[in-house]
Amino acid sequence: MATHLSAADTRPRHKRVLPGLSLSLGTSLLFISLILLLPMAGLVMQSVDMGWDRYWQVITDERVVASYKVTLWAAALASIFNGFFGLLLAWVLVRYDFPGRRILDALVDLPFALPTAVAGITLATLYAQNGWYGEILESLGIKVAYTPWGIVLAMAFTSIPFVVRTVQPVLEELSPEEEEAGMTLGASDWSVFRRVIFPALWPALMTGIALSFTRSLGEFGAVIFIAGNMPYVSEITSLMIFVSLQEFDFPAASAIASVVLMASLILLFAINIWQARYLRRLHGRS
Amino acid sequence: MSILIENISKKFGHFQALSPLSLDINEGEMIGLLGPSGSGKTTLLRIIAGLEGADTGRIQFGDRDVTNLHVRDRRVGFVFQNYALFRHMTVADNVAFGLEVLPRKERPSATEIQKRVQHLLEMVQLEHLASRFPSQLSGGQKQRIALARALATQPEVLLLDEPFGALDAKVRKELRRWLRGLHDELGFTSVFVTHDQEEALELSDRVVVMSNGHIEQIDQPGALYASPNSRFVFDFLGNANVFEGKVANGKWHNQQASIVLPHSVIEQESTEQKDGQLYIRSHEFFVSKEPTAQANLPLRLIAINPIGAEVRLELTPIDWQSNDVWEIDLPHKAFDKNCFEKGQTLYVSPKAAYFFAHDAQQPVLLNWEASKV
Repeated sequence: MATHLSAADTRPRHKRVLPGLSLSLGTSLLFISLILLLPMAGLVMQSVDMGWDRYWQVITDERVVASYKVTLWAAALASIFNGFFGLLLAWVLVRYDFPGRRILDALVDLPFALPTAVAGITLATLYAQNGWYGEILESLGIKVAYTPWGIVLAMAFTSIPFVVRTVQPVLEELSPEEEEAGMTLGASDWSVFRRVIFPALWPALMTGIALSFTRSLGEFGAVIFIAGNMPYVSEITSLMIFVSLQEFDFPAASAIASVVLMASLILLFAINIWQARYLRRLHGRS
Repeated sequence: MSILIENISKKFGHFQALSPLSLDINEGEMIGLLGPSGSGKTTLLRIIAGLEGADTGRIQFGDRDVTNLHVRDRRVGFVFQNYALFRHMTVADNVAFGLEVLPRKERPSATEIQKRVQHLLEMVQLEHLASRFPSQLSGGQKQRIALARALATQPEVLLLDEPFGALDAKVRKELRRWLRGLHDELGFTSVFVTHDQEEALELSDRVVVMSNGHIEQIDQPGALYASPNSRFVFDFLGNANVFEGKVANGKWHNQQASIVLPHSVIEQESTEQKDGQLYIRSHEFFVSKEPTAQANLPLRLIAINPIGAEVRLELTPIDWQSNDVWEIDLPHKAFDKNCFEKGQTLYVSPKAAYFFAHDAQQPVLLNWEASKV
């Protein structure tokens, strides 16, 4: 240490002015490793143990494949629905001032705060044949609870905040001048929305929909109560993991889980890369 | 197209942004709305555009009453202060926007649009940037693209909100000249907002000076400079030093300082011999190291700034009161001859001044040099 105290060494040795990089980055990496990477590695290890043939057999089992289809379809429908409805909700919350706006704004987070099982039971009760909504829909010949539509409903409910909360800040920061410029150039309201506002919202909206989709892929609590869980019809992949676990077939459970994990990761990376490209064009860092 | 503004007023909550005001703009004229921030100039511009509705009054473009017409139907070109280019569109798409959104019947064909865009980009001398995005342009380039976009639909009225506010001095000067050329060539009627007096005086056919939501004076630049009709206009057009004086024994006194009344005033006896303020422009001074027969205004020299063709002296009063630092411009020749130094006490005498008596709104022009003869 003593040799470091020579006069030449008293000048600051770091180029960065902001302190704490190594400490904060180190802590972050440690936590990411502990709570994300390690469990994921464990998951992969479990499946590796079982050998490739067995792994392939488990993940391509007819009942499991049917669950992939149901999950993907339901998640796709739910996230597309959320794309529309979430955009509308964000628009209303940002653009207009009306009594109860703050309450509505707070309510958007409810699906995050509510235990998903509670949400599932509530939805199932409401949409059951003798429930408040179920009765009305029944008279119209529509069944929601204990059908794949119930899955879509539960998924949409639990993942709508993703869309609202990603679109909202972008919408808030949109400069009114661009819209005004559009109008002075003679564009109709619809043209201004389609050509000026929407392109600015598009990246955020896509991210929101993608997050909503990935969340829906893994949704369990809310779905199982309303899905009916009929094999080949309304079983979701998360349930298949759960079923395997209950049979104490841990390798099979991890194998199926690894498929869900891969799907989510690929989707997240894809959307990130796409968004980075789009934003780079907007902000001119190409 | 001529623009007629009649009794337009606007309130934001309790704030009277515009008191009822009227303004007549001739076809092909270039009008500068000049005023400090909060004077209502931008509000007036936005009301002309239709981006803001007026509470009272009427606006007419030519024979067309546009008071209740939506902004998109008024067919004005509007250039925003921060350009407001569409960030996700290329330069060419930005310029084409106004043509692309025309109703199908009026919309030119795709090739025609392309040709028009090409022509507009040539006009603003930026055809090589057609496929760039706005974020890749400099401020001056963005401004020119914003102009090209506004002119794409060939509006007869062009409105500009602080068009050169965010640009550096050199680019600003260049663009100003270029805009003036474009205006003269295409013959549209333009109204622009600025807080820069030099810009307003250089660019406009007539300048409208505004303060606190009303119009102080409308005049051609030369006339405005020669005869400002109120204290506000004088203050705002700048470069004037104010001497607050009380009349006694043929002199205006301010503590130890005094200025002799010019002959023209003495001859008029009592009518003009009043207390009041003398506004003296910075170049209307004679500077010496001793008091003169005409004035005893001692000042301490605190800064010497060579600016272009002149040297600007900054001085503070000695033993008399003035709210501001006095600025006096001298030609280099006169400055070099005298070898003034910082900290020196100097005496200045006005050659000409505008006098506002305390009870008067209109100034009287005074001249000492003429009276010497």
